[in-house]
Amino acid sequence: MKILYFAWLRERLNKGEEDVTLPPEVTTIAGLLDWLAGRDEAAALALEKRSLIKAAINAKLVQHDTSLVGAHTVALFPPMTGG
Amino acid sequence: MDIRVTQDPFDPGAESNAFIARGAAAGAAVTFTGLVRSLPDDPILTLTLDCYPELAINQLTGLAATAAARFHLADVTIIHRYGPMQPGEPIVQVMTLSAHRQPAFDAAQLIMDHLKTDAPFWKKEQTAQGEHWVEAKSADDKAKARWE
Repeated sequence: MKILYFAWLRERLNKGEEDVTLPPEVTTIAGLLDWLAGRDEAAALALEKRSLIKAAINAKLVQHDTSLVGAHTVALFPPMTGG
Repeated sequence: MDIRVTQDPFDPGAESNAFIARGAAAGAAVTFTGLVRSLPDDPILTLTLDCYPELAINQLTGLAATAAARFHLADVTIIHRYGPMQPGEPIVQVMTLSAHRQPAFDAAQLIMDHLKTDAPFWKKEQTAQGEHWVEAKSADDKAKARWE
């Protein structure tokens, strides 16, 4: 599965995307955020205020309790500030 | 319906003229253009917008369809730029076409109020003091909520 990062999340993690193989117990966006935060200190810090982070699966906005079944691309990003 | 997410600059006047020419007999056309702001007490050198283009197209297409259905629009166009921009350059343009002015105004406003919080763009301001990501504003959430 591919993960895309945007804005300050990309800068704090120092990467725009990565390919990951998830352990079977990671089944939702919330689970993914917990798993990523547990991998290293930079991620733990970047994902400290996890409730703020927004997510998309296969280029569709989703909630944190959304299942990762069928997800080939997950995007994680801060609140949007366009317009 | 015309939805564009692009790194290229666009000409707001030419876009507006083309939009009106396509549907001149409809009755009412509204154009909103958002520009890179730089005020004397808060000067900005460069504004850079990060973007997730694939999701942006999906979100803006959904938003345009919602506005078109709710306000019976004859046509709608949304253009949003990303990448680095200078003060005064156009960032976003929303154009709505309807039989009467009120639905055209309302639809343009609904689109902008939702776009601010629902379309995947992120602003980074570069000033003489350095650069920083613009924080999401609660006023933008309130502006969106009034359409619910």
